[in-house]
Amino acid sequence: MNKIEAKKNYSVTMKSIGYVDIKKATSDDYKRIGFKSGLEVHQQLKTKGKLFCRCPAGIYHDHDDYNAEVIRHMRPTLSELGEYDGTALMEFKTKKEIVYRINNENACTYEVDDTPPFPIDKEALGIALEISLLSKLNIVGEVHITRKQYLDGSIPTGFQRTAILGVEGEIELKNKKVRLIQLSIEEDSCREISDIGHTRVFKTDRLGMPLIETVTYPDMETPWELAEAAEYIRFLNRSTGKVRTGIGAGREDVNVSCEGGSRVEIKGVAHNSWIPKLSHNEAFRQYALLKIRTILKERLKNGSRWKSKTREITFTDIPLLFKPVKESLDNGYKVIAMNLPLLNGIMSHFTQPGHLFADELTNRLKVIACIEKPNMTHSEELDPSLSAKEWNMIAELFTASVNDAQMILWGPADDIPTAIETIEERIIMAFAGVPPETRKSFEDGTTIFERVLPGSDRMYPDTDSLPIPLDNKYINKLGENLPVLISARFAQLKKWGIPGDSFKYLLSKNMIPLIEELSAKNRFDLKFIGTFLAQTFKNIEGKKKAHKDFSYNIIRKLFTYIREEDLDPNIAGPMIKILYEHPKMRYESILTTLNFKRKSMDDLLAPLDFLYKKFLDIKLSNGKDVEVNWLMGQVRRQAIGNVDLALLSKQIEQKIITKK
Amino acid sequence: MSEDIFQGYKGAALEILKKYNVRVWGQTIIDTTRGIFTGTVLPRAENDDDLHIVLKIETGYNIGIDVATITSMKETGYQKANYKIPEKEFPYSDDKPTVKLFGTGGTIASRLDYRTGAVIPAFSPGELYGAVPELADVCNIDTEKLFAVFSENMGPKQYITLAKAIGHEIENGIDGIMIGHGTDTLHHTAAALSFMVQDSPVPIILVGSQRSSDRPSSDAALNLIHASYAAAHGDIAETLVCMFGPTSDEYGFLHRGTRVRKMHSSYRSTFRSIGDTPVATVTKNGIIHIKKEYNHRRKDKNVKIFPYFSEKVTMIYYYPNMKPEIIDSLVDLGYKGIIIIGTGLGHVNKELYPALQRATDKGVQLFMTLQTIWGYVHMFVYETGRDMIALGVTPLANMLPEVAWVKLGWAMGQTDDPEEIKRIMLTPVNSEITEREPYNGYLVYQGGVPEIEGFVRKFHK
Repeated sequence: MNKIEAKKNYSVTMKSIGYVDIKKATSDDYKRIGFKSGLEVHQQLKTKGKLFCRCPAGIYHDHDDYNAEVIRHMRPTLSELGEYDGTALMEFKTKKEIVYRINNENACTYEVDDTPPFPIDKEALGIALEISLLSKLNIVGEVHITRKQYLDGSIPTGFQRTAILGVEGEIELKNKKVRLIQLSIEEDSCREISDIGHTRVFKTDRLGMPLIETVTYPDMETPWELAEAAEYIRFLNRSTGKVRTGIGAGREDVNVSCEGGSRVEIKGVAHNSWIPKLSHNEAFRQYALLKIRTILKERLKNGSRWKSKTREITFTDIPLLFKPVKESLDNGYKVIAMNLPLLNGIMSHFTQPGHLFADELTNRLKVIACIEKPNMTHSEELDPSLSAKEWNMIAELFTASVNDAQMILWGPADDIPTAIETIEERIIMAFAGVPPETRKSFEDGTTIFERVLPGSDRMYPDTDSLPIPLDNKYINKLGENLPVLISARFAQLKKWGIPGDSFKYLLSKNMIPLIEELSAKNRFDLKFIGTFLAQTFKNIEGKKKAHKDFSYNIIRKLFTYIREEDLDPNIAGPMIKILYEHPKMRYESILTTLNFKRKSMDDLLAPLDFLYKKFLDIKLSNGKDVEVNWLMGQVRRQAIGNVDLALLSKQIEQKIITKK
Repeated sequence: MSEDIFQGYKGAALEILKKYNVRVWGQTIIDTTRGIFTGTVLPRAENDDDLHIVLKIETGYNIGIDVATITSMKETGYQKANYKIPEKEFPYSDDKPTVKLFGTGGTIASRLDYRTGAVIPAFSPGELYGAVPELADVCNIDTEKLFAVFSENMGPKQYITLAKAIGHEIENGIDGIMIGHGTDTLHHTAAALSFMVQDSPVPIILVGSQRSSDRPSSDAALNLIHASYAAAHGDIAETLVCMFGPTSDEYGFLHRGTRVRKMHSSYRSTFRSIGDTPVATVTKNGIIHIKKEYNHRRKDKNVKIFPYFSEKVTMIYYYPNMKPEIIDSLVDLGYKGIIIIGTGLGHVNKELYPALQRATDKGVQLFMTLQTIWGYVHMFVYETGRDMIALGVTPLANMLPEVAWVKLGWAMGQTDDPEEIKRIMLTPVNSEITEREPYNGYLVYQGGVPEIEGFVRKFHK
């Protein structure tokens, strides 16, 4: 195939599977491809300490701010049934050297697996159980700490300590109930610093921080439902006021499949707003892979018999020293030409916007064979690195058929056997359909291969920990002070007349209890307080940087002052704008800054006659509204804080009417 | 058989299982006041309470159900899991040396049965190969399970059995010996074998792990690889302990069996040579010698085995104001040799003197070692020390306390003659007493000091 044909093939195949942009997609599109999705929502808990040791939680450090490094290699261990886990084998194949950076401020010997676990943090357990109760889960009678194997190095032990607190719960979305499978409490993992070649570097500051994971059933049938569920769970967690917020404090794993596809887990989605597009593209990627399977099956019935042909290219192959080949050889790499029988038109088959089937190969080369990208080129690139003529020369090496595709891969000699194996493995998988994987997400809504999806055989009881009984007295006590359910909160906000576009902000900041408090204490209107927070305050938050001493307590005190001084609450807006940056400023000074003077309604209405005459002199257009608006504009500033503006406006209107 | 059905359950939990006719390994639906739970009933660890039933739920996690909340249970199926270690045939090759691996129990040669807490040894060459395929690149391995005991249950009987078995293998021309051992008393066994097996023509390597091999980050595999390399290819024909150098997966140390001690309860780098350097470091690529003098590997099959041990020896850790009755009671119980672990340079309080005198008069052998672990007993520096020598307490120079206990048991297993015992104790077999302590034999640096912190940051601990 030449350049044009690859591009053409990409768009033809995109059309052939009926890919639509998410903006144009309807629920019928998702019904057509059998979109199915579930969530694993991770949320850090706001505790002082870590979960299984007494290090402080939430103290982070820069990449280079460390006291010591420890090196480990992860080795697959047998499952309870005497099998190796698929991921485990892949991770072992990658032969990574894992480096952990340790800072004495936030990590101890427990983090690097040189000390057994201490008893579980009681504060974390209490918060997690509270959220379990809110999620209507059946609470277990005894907590069993379990080891969940992770061989990617993200946890130095090679497993995560985790425990189920409740099973079978539900959350109530707008139009449906979503069932929850379980909620677990677990230790957070390391943060990756780099992953280059055979060395992966982590830092251990986040490691061991208490985290919960809420797992839903795959009940979501559109990307929007999925996003709604993610938001709901986030709001629910935050409604306790006992979870961490900020970057990385809440992370989603999104499980997606299409009809006939496989469960693919998109890992660590940091922003809920990314969820719709990521899940949309993943479902269509699977749909595309199923189409590829159909095409391949037509060409060869038994995919397991598929085999590539390879030939090393060296400096002696002078006619074949094309640019990428020569460069790789110059770098000391081994270069392999491969013939991929029957893959003509498959390499450039659409998978995701901007991605081809061939991208599945290059990303696996990076992850499994540890060869940095670019690690290959192929005969169907959208932006070819070799000319058609040059590819023909490669094809001739194998006396290839027109149905074949060719590729060239390169890398360190030691990694080449794994590389070839990886390519063949992935192509054979294409005959079977969609390989279960975990995938890494990008802001543009696409994903790339991260690792093989772990099986369920990676759980082991933690022999270092005793079971923790949860008696009824304890659970009942936790149940007494639960926050209001999120579904009930939605209803409340509607009832109060708060605009719908403010819900998200108020719920995500857990501000509804504050609205209730301010309203009850100061007898201000619920709608006014809600709108003030969600619009006036949010607006300031978005534009200015808060003083380090600013907290919601400042808002509380301000409204108390307004009530005690009998000011009109509309003065809160201009005042908070100043307090946000100068929380210690005296209220009188703020009012002076605002040129505020005490005036009664009569005071304000006194100059109205004079002003009305002035208006008649300069008026540009007619109409009652124009008159009232202009007059309001003249007295507005003086009125704020003294009288209710709506009331003032009415009074002005009446005065004009009486004049006429 | 009824006990088998309810493995580990007792009291209230057992009653409820019986009431609803549910077995361990039964797939079960449980109705409780906290909602419905489904899963497979697992055995319960013996030391756990009788108020909960353990369930493996579908996602693979285990949970406990409070029996007081159960309103009904129903067994819907039954599936007993069978834990089995897969075996792969160990690929023997004629051009590689052959090492004998003796199993004693402990974490290196065992895997845990999670459900019952029982130890299932993963030990045959096939199992070892299945778990650590790299071993086949190093040497051929024959295995023999001598016992399956935890480290703390190893004792004189096992030392003797081991020594004889080693002697037998050497006479049959083995190229090296490896002993898999729990780490807690690894250094006691190492000392015992140092005395019982002398002039070995091949290396005798004791190896263990600080993290059981069922953990992905276990040190077991790397320790085994290092140990097998040292046993098969190493030139040091002595009894050595092979364990992690740093806590990182980098290299192992070969420690002399008489100078090594476990120094941390849980670190991987827990074994340290005391008062001396290790003999060598080892990686899968080879051995780097640190000490120049050691017993070299020989081609012959000659070895001396001294399989003796008297159990009538003990050791006491001195503390301030220790009462004479402690010594008296040991003497009255018939102990014939006592290792005293004294303070500082080797001291005890004056109040004990009459008891020490009484012990000597009754023919009990008394020896002095140190709580400081590092350094020499110097009983001539202070008067109190000289008094004690007069009372019949023999200072043991820089012999480690545990080593002294092992050696005394070994010496008294051979003779009752006080002078001979003293002679044996003071004549080093292999560095249990050294004439000099090199400057780098004591390197316990303290954190917080800038240059130390700089070092720790640069090199892996």
